[in-house]
Amino acid sequence: MPIKFPFSRRAAPSDAWTKCPSCEAQVFSRQLERNLRLCPSCGHHFRMSVGERIDMLLDPGSFEERDGGLEAVDRLGFHDDRPYPDRLEATRIKTGLRDAVVWGVGEIEGRRVAIGIFDFRFMGGSMGSVVGEKLARCFETALAERIPAIVVSASGGARMQEGTLSLMQLAKTTAPLVRLDQAGVPFFAVLTDPTTGGVLASFASVGDVVLAEPKALIGFAGARVASDTVGEELPEGFQTAEFLLDHGFVDAVVSRPELRATLGRLLRLLPVPAADDGSAFEPERPKGPIGALSGLAERLGGAVSDTIGIDVEPGGANGETARPVRVADRDDDR
Amino acid sequence: MTESMVGAAPPSEEAIELAWRRVQLARHPQRPRTTDLVALIFEGHFELHGDRAFGDDPAIVGGPALLEGRPVMVIGHQKGTDTESNIRRNFGSPHPEGFRKAQRLMRLADKLGMPIVTFLDTAGAFPGPAAEERGQAEAIASSIKLMTGLQVPVVVIVLGEGGSGGALAIGVGDVVLALENSVYSVISPEGASSILWRSRDEARTAAAAMRMTAQEQLELGVVDAVIDEPGEGAHTDHAATARAVRTAILTALGDLTGLDTAELLARRYARLRGLGAYTETGSPPSRPPEMPSLRHRIGRILRLPGVPRRPRWSEIWPSADDDDESERGA
Repeated sequence: MPIKFPFSRRAAPSDAWTKCPSCEAQVFSRQLERNLRLCPSCGHHFRMSVGERIDMLLDPGSFEERDGGLEAVDRLGFHDDRPYPDRLEATRIKTGLRDAVVWGVGEIEGRRVAIGIFDFRFMGGSMGSVVGEKLARCFETALAERIPAIVVSASGGARMQEGTLSLMQLAKTTAPLVRLDQAGVPFFAVLTDPTTGGVLASFASVGDVVLAEPKALIGFAGARVASDTVGEELPEGFQTAEFLLDHGFVDAVVSRPELRATLGRLLRLLPVPAADDGSAFEPERPKGPIGALSGLAERLGGAVSDTIGIDVEPGGANGETARPVRVADRDDDR
Repeated sequence: MTESMVGAAPPSEEAIELAWRRVQLARHPQRPRTTDLVALIFEGHFELHGDRAFGDDPAIVGGPALLEGRPVMVIGHQKGTDTESNIRRNFGSPHPEGFRKAQRLMRLADKLGMPIVTFLDTAGAFPGPAAEERGQAEAIASSIKLMTGLQVPVVVIVLGEGGSGGALAIGVGDVVLALENSVYSVISPEGASSILWRSRDEARTAAAAMRMTAQEQLELGVVDAVIDEPGEGAHTDHAATARAVRTAILTALGDLTGLDTAELLARRYARLRGLGAYTETGSPPSRPPEMPSLRHRIGRILRLPGVPRRPRWSEIWPSADDDDESERGA
């Protein structure tokens, strides 16, 4: 890990201003940092580092990093225009990170969660063996401690430099989710710009709830590949968060200032049920006769047919012989 | 799993020749396809169609069949044999409905306790706009997830091209076998060439660098055994290839059938958990500096109790202004 002074600030003039890719406004970089990296003029969501994500999402002082010492190994002896180990080392120095995911345990609005966060700056957030291992451990910890799991993704996909070992991380990160299903532990996926390829084609798509940041690029194949494949214009807004919402693959598009509160709300609405003594997987058989719901009519307080839920008013002279039960109508009768 | 296969160096001309020869054999137009092998290995195969939601994808075929009198569920990618059938089968590149059909058949096998045999032979899941609209990534993800939890034995055979997520979507198994001249990769060599080498001409080099041959996949642990091909390759003798594949399937299923469900699932999980190459350095966890806020500093001057210091993770992991867009994944 490179030595960094805690309070040093970049002073180089070239860093002071950033051009917004959406509205082209020149934005003062310090202002971006203080504004959740949102463009002050158009609200464009700039990418965030993992450190900024932790600071914005988790209760102050609650986050503890886990497995920070995991490092990639060049099993393939991979070399494109430079050896993979050299690329890793350069990226580690540039980012202060050991790989593209940081995971740990922390609290959101007082609720304990296991959370993994991608940093796109580390080789495009690509998922190799370290990312896969960390996320698998994140899910396994969620399972063992019965706390919700959250992953905030920002990734181009699987890391090509690790070949099929990267591809296998799709299965390694998805397999624990089956156990979370069986144990009754929720998993929340937060898709940020960009989430594509093998990350979207694994755990990120199968969250119990899937949230996305506005206008984030989210898709399976690169847009260029898609348009080359069919040789035609792509639809407007193709592969954006809003496109996925329209097509039913995302539950909600949540702007960054709302994200922490939204997660807090979901953690309250979808809590982990109390653990049973291991018998949780046996389906309960109804104890009484199947008609155990008889008496519903009495409890609703009127002449309600149990079986069809239709209020039958005998002898309705005006032709209104039946109308749907509205429980609210009945409250006065008690 | 901590040793490199070789030092990180550009692949030699010899390694490139060898790898590319395998890629060409894996893509050979006369190579047996899934339906060819199914007809030669199994009896009474009955093809089932449709995902019950959108349509039927001819790029994936599947249905029940008998193997030595025992029912099994057979599922595979299906390439065509000529231009016309290749167009109909989209060159073996499935749309989401193909994976959803596969999921439906796997659920049926799970329900009836039938072992599943899958054949991988695709350049990859189709990347077109229609596939995106119908949730290509979700279809692959949910297939992978389903397979990791199936309560029946799953034997996977890499038949020709094992192309990325589109292959893995029906390729999570208890035993993964590969034919001698098959290949398996995270992205096509052409795709790797254009992204990593920024050129269309380095596909051969990428094929060697990605170690995509069956033998190399065996060394990585992605594949559990390699099935020898007859003569100059599977395309020269479909019947002999089918006999070799049949023997391999029977051996694998024989090993798996004795396991109870809990052990089967535990082994499948452990197999996936063990795939990857990383090392665990003993360095201490990162600690953020505690940023004395203005409130904190004033609180300290005024000696107010309980003003917390705020750790600032963004100080150790800040945003860089030079986001490198060229670093891409697959």
